[in-house]
Amino acid sequence: MSADPALTRLGAAALGAAVGAGEVTAREVLEAHLDAIAARDGVVADGDVWHARDAADLGPDDLHAFLVVTAARARDAADAVDRRRAAGEALGPLAGVPLALKDVLTMRGAPTTCGSRMLEGWVPPYDATVTERLAAAGIVVLGKTNMDEFAMGSSTENSAYGPTRNPWDPDRVPGGSSGGSAAAVAGGLAPLGVGTDTGGSIRQPAAFTGLVGGKPTYGAVSRYGLVAFASSLDQAGPFARDVTDAALLHAVMAGPDPRDATSDPTDPADVVAALGRGVEGLRVGVVEELEEAGCEPGVRAVFLAAVAALEAAGATVERVSLPHAGYGLPAYYLVAPAEASSNLARFDGVRYGRRVDAATAEAMNAATRGEGFGPEVRRRIMIGTHALSSGYVDAYYLQAARVRTLIARDFATAFDRVDVLISPTAPGVAFRIGAVADPLAMYRNDVATVPASLAGVPAVSVPIGTADDGAGSGPLPVGLQIMAPLRADDRCYRVARAVEAVVGFDPDPAAHGAGVRR
Amino acid sequence: MSLSEDEVRHVAALARLALDDDEIAALTPQLADILAYAAEVGAVATDDVAPMTHPLGLEDVTRPDVPGERLPADAVLAAAPDRVGDRFGVPRIVEEDA
Repeated sequence: MSADPALTRLGAAALGAAVGAGEVTAREVLEAHLDAIAARDGVVADGDVWHARDAADLGPDDLHAFLVVTAARARDAADAVDRRRAAGEALGPLAGVPLALKDVLTMRGAPTTCGSRMLEGWVPPYDATVTERLAAAGIVVLGKTNMDEFAMGSSTENSAYGPTRNPWDPDRVPGGSSGGSAAAVAGGLAPLGVGTDTGGSIRQPAAFTGLVGGKPTYGAVSRYGLVAFASSLDQAGPFARDVTDAALLHAVMAGPDPRDATSDPTDPADVVAALGRGVEGLRVGVVEELEEAGCEPGVRAVFLAAVAALEAAGATVERVSLPHAGYGLPAYYLVAPAEASSNLARFDGVRYGRRVDAATAEAMNAATRGEGFGPEVRRRIMIGTHALSSGYVDAYYLQAARVRTLIARDFATAFDRVDVLISPTAPGVAFRIGAVADPLAMYRNDVATVPASLAGVPAVSVPIGTADDGAGSGPLPVGLQIMAPLRADDRCYRVARAVEAVVGFDPDPAAHGAGVRR
Repeated sequence: MSLSEDEVRHVAALARLALDDDEIAALTPQLADILAYAAEVGAVATDDVAPMTHPLGLEDVTRPDVPGERLPADAVLAAAPDRVGDRFGVPRIVEEDA
């Protein structure tokens, strides 16, 4: 089937409207995106299920966003949408729109690896609630996307299947851990993506690839079928090339789920209805501690210009302090590994995934885990195990959890004064693949994103321009993070839409002369 | 903070991670660096501050006490590295009586 490549440049709302109006079929929309994947991603585009090539066999410009493309099942899903339309059924706003799903969420019958050799070949027998909700909205899942192993990382370099490349410069990382979904959307392989965010894993890759990315209020989106990293922090959320598309996808994903005991039982905020309200009279707080947190000069300049633009659009801007925000990163790197060390105990070589045989059960467990987990996952399991061990649990884990309380209180106090808080999303622009070798230096990427994660509040990153890295890079995207009180996700999207309107960022790398190696 | 290779071996045993001597040697300074950084939380005064474990403070979440959906045994066992009938196979963990 021939497909119109121009369809890959349209946003989700436009595609959904065109499908709903009968101007194009869901199948035509899908084929255009499958063609783009076949051309750019380094998959073997053959048969019902397309697999990514081994890392050693990938070309230097292959994005490697997808680990697997479920082509036949996507065609079935698109054809089903077209049949429903032909039968006169009313379709939702995203029916027939393709989506890239992070490989940490289960989809029945399709492999889920979490970017790990530990789960190579595992085919889950059930759908995540997110996956069910996407299907109910008529969204067509293209496949499963690359990620840092078990969502631990800020660059997607920790995938056991090789790094994903940034569509803005193929020598650079797309951020992480949800780098595959981000690269797919930024590279025109999908108009929508789903990622997960534990300490910034949606917001930072959104910033690095010029996308809108949102971490919902903790509990707004069900974690059922999301392979757990840190259960008190993990949230799935949207990637899109504009705010409206991201809000539409958030609305599909959010809502109570009796299968997740940590799901918020209250009805989620209506993020779509709030979009057009602007920022006239809104009180915006610039977080002092996060603005000053070692930002590259280019990022800081673009951020300050966006703040001025918000003020010109009618917002009242003041500087606000979150006194404990500077302790967010050390607290996060105790709480998250502690929870991970517990959650990842399930990978024991017994029920699913890899097994390395040994004479005793304990030796089999240890051999399996030693071989199945990559270096970063091992490090975090070790940190978490140490932080929870006898003699250390009070000084490390419990102290970090107390600091977490103070950070949440800081947010509550700040939200007595202002309606939203803002900061740069990441301290720098996308860095070169292989450039950040020290684990602690990699962790510092998350300095501005972890405070909202620890407090559980919603946060959205919206692109506000480009900067170079001060060392000869081309233009690379910069993101602004908007944080709002618990359950006020609508406020994040409302402000993001206003920022988008005043900044006028074009998410196509080619429009900036980018997308090439430098 | 200082961390010895023996302490790292102890933690690896607790975590059920088989690591060879080279891996232990490489991990020890990395973990020491990360823990030294994480230990900055110790500088915060937290007297009378309760640890936070959940952002929304939900407690004692229950569901109606009725049978829910469940997966067929075959669907679950299909993923097992070692299936023995309708059970997961593991190395022997209890010695037979002599």
